[in-house]
Amino acid sequence: MIQSYSLTHLEELESESVYVLREVAAQFENPVMLFSGGKDSIVMFHLARKAFFPAKVPFPLLHVDTGHNFDETIAFRDALIEKTGVNLIVGSVQESIDQGKVVEEKGFNASRNGLQTTTLLDSLEKGKYDAAMGGGRRDEEKARAKERFFSHRDDFGQWDPKNQRPELWNLFNGRKQMGEHFRVFPISNWTEMDIWQYIMHEKIEIPSLYFSHKRRVFERDGVILADSDFINKRPEEVVEERIVRFRTIGDMTCTGATASDADTLEKIIEEVASSRITERGGRSDDKRSEAAMEDRKKQGYF
Amino acid sequence: MSQTDSYTDMDLLRFTTAGSVDDGKSTLIGRLLYDSKSIFQDQMEAIERASSKMGGDESINLALLTDGLRAEREQGITIDVAYRYFATPKRKFIIADTPGHIQYTRNMVTGASTANLAIILVDARNGLVEQTARHAFIASLLRIPHLVFCINKMDLVDYSEERYEEIRAELEAFCSKLEVNDVRFIPISALKGDNVVHKSKNMDWYEGGTLMYTLETIHISGDQNHVDCRFPVQYVVRPHTDEYHDYRGYAGRVAGGVFKKGDEVMLLPSGFTSKIKSITTFDGELEQAFAPMSVTLCLEDDLDLSRGDMIVRANNQPKAEQEVEVMVCWMSEKPLTPNGKYALKHTTRDARCIVKDIKYKVDINTLHRMEDDKEIKMNDIARISLRTTVPLFFDRYGRNRTTGSLILIDEATNETVGAGMII
Repeated sequence: MIQSYSLTHLEELESESVYVLREVAAQFENPVMLFSGGKDSIVMFHLARKAFFPAKVPFPLLHVDTGHNFDETIAFRDALIEKTGVNLIVGSVQESIDQGKVVEEKGFNASRNGLQTTTLLDSLEKGKYDAAMGGGRRDEEKARAKERFFSHRDDFGQWDPKNQRPELWNLFNGRKQMGEHFRVFPISNWTEMDIWQYIMHEKIEIPSLYFSHKRRVFERDGVILADSDFINKRPEEVVEERIVRFRTIGDMTCTGATASDADTLEKIIEEVASSRITERGGRSDDKRSEAAMEDRKKQGYF
Repeated sequence: MSQTDSYTDMDLLRFTTAGSVDDGKSTLIGRLLYDSKSIFQDQMEAIERASSKMGGDESINLALLTDGLRAEREQGITIDVAYRYFATPKRKFIIADTPGHIQYTRNMVTGASTANLAIILVDARNGLVEQTARHAFIASLLRIPHLVFCINKMDLVDYSEERYEEIRAELEAFCSKLEVNDVRFIPISALKGDNVVHKSKNMDWYEGGTLMYTLETIHISGDQNHVDCRFPVQYVVRPHTDEYHDYRGYAGRVAGGVFKKGDEVMLLPSGFTSKIKSITTFDGELEQAFAPMSVTLCLEDDLDLSRGDMIVRANNQPKAEQEVEVMVCWMSEKPLTPNGKYALKHTTRDARCIVKDIKYKVDINTLHRMEDDKEIKMNDIARISLRTTVPLFFDRYGRNRTTGSLILIDEATNETVGAGMII
């Protein structure tokens, strides 16, 4: 029998991510994994379980809770924590508002999305975490295309796109001064399609929001938003029941749904393959200006 | 279901693109994404908006697809390595898009360090220019296994076969001075789409495949070293649970060779030998592991092994020395300090080193060795000798890109300042 020593692209991506996760555990004293309950962080956590098997994942998860989450996301998160026995830390945006650290936006497009940055940085400081792993992917958005696996942040948590360390081969430089920390993106090289294929291949559980379901929604600037108490509707905005699903999961206030009858992973993959809109096309937070993501990243956003 | 099945069968090709500022590199990438239908409608609309804002030509500016950061859009140039993704039914691709200016050699080196293939763009009107030579040299220095010269803007030389052959001969002569094994040439027009994804109707005389065909079919599984067994220990897994009470696993990514259950192995630096008891993964035990798989090895004997150590075969050992000769690409604005001390990372091993000697600097345009100029500044490439505080377990970079590469770090700023390839 002729041996073929080759990996499929999913196997190679998995191997790369596992390598990065192990580097984090080896190079940092107190790492933490950011967990949003979305598919990317679910896959990242799944990879972490693989990386340290048969030991437990050697770092806690940190969820920045805006208070505007979908109920399904929180229920899913709690069930996963219960099942895997990992330690969960919750940073609360509501607390940051109550403490007067941030001021809630007003008006129809008010969102707590931008406020998360303060809560995130506070949570990192409080836990004295020196590395925070995130599920960011380079294919998501153009400002992310240049992000490193190991992304250095100064002591204000800021990202300087002009002064990033070069990243060569698989040699990750996690050295830092006191007070500085790193953001690490283990699934940098995955695309939306890779994530879905992997979820199907590995039979990874995901929140029901990703599958098409009946929901009360309304349209704003071409984006379908879920009706909830967290959004102020304009008088002309009509709520109706539609069959939708979500391609990304964020805050209820700014995560757009798509009209879809994809209720299985196979159908979702078919839909992603034929889609002509990127997944962040439904995120109103990115539409604010052409360089919206770049600006938020500089301030310390995920 | 056919779509989902075929997708899990694909492999992964990483390539870099290099070209001079006006060689049409961004246009080429835009063309690959556009013609392979990898561009989404909202991205397309964003580009159309930006194209008209910049008052550019009426046709859609494909180059805008690949320009990310605002600073770049303002300056109209790419300033850093950007990664792009696309897939065809045959393969998934990762593009490391690197800029072409001289002051950004360091970015080109960065992008090239993980690539299986390099596309080098040559303007058909200008032929081989200094930058082409530089890009080809860097690709060969970084041992990118496959090199594809795209002779671009063929539409501006009337799709002339004669002109193409002239440039090809020039490039072949130059490449004979380099260490590259697989070199290919394709006449294209990125702007008009000739021979990028679709075969050109304007160049009947060209009998080779299109660029996309080449990218989809080039054989890459032989690019990894499957001969010399090298397993740098990355992390020690100790569960401390009842079920895995005495479990002690060595986690890492295979850097070369094939490790099989039952294999006799040697541990470095101790020199002790043992046998592979099991290859553990979350999905069950494996019979064998090869590069670049991430696995966990368990050994028959209870030996002291930690991060930075290496598992090899007794009859095929890497060099274990404290004196290394490297070709270094300098990445920092602060020049290399002769006799300076730096932190060093090699595989999973950390060390410190002193620069013992600067042998020569390479003029990357002419490949001449400059033995009297020893000031190593940003973007310079030089041969230096290092002495390390602990032995490194290494192979020649030409033999193994993982065990043959290292980085130098400024101990005061923690910046990565040098990329080294062991000779």
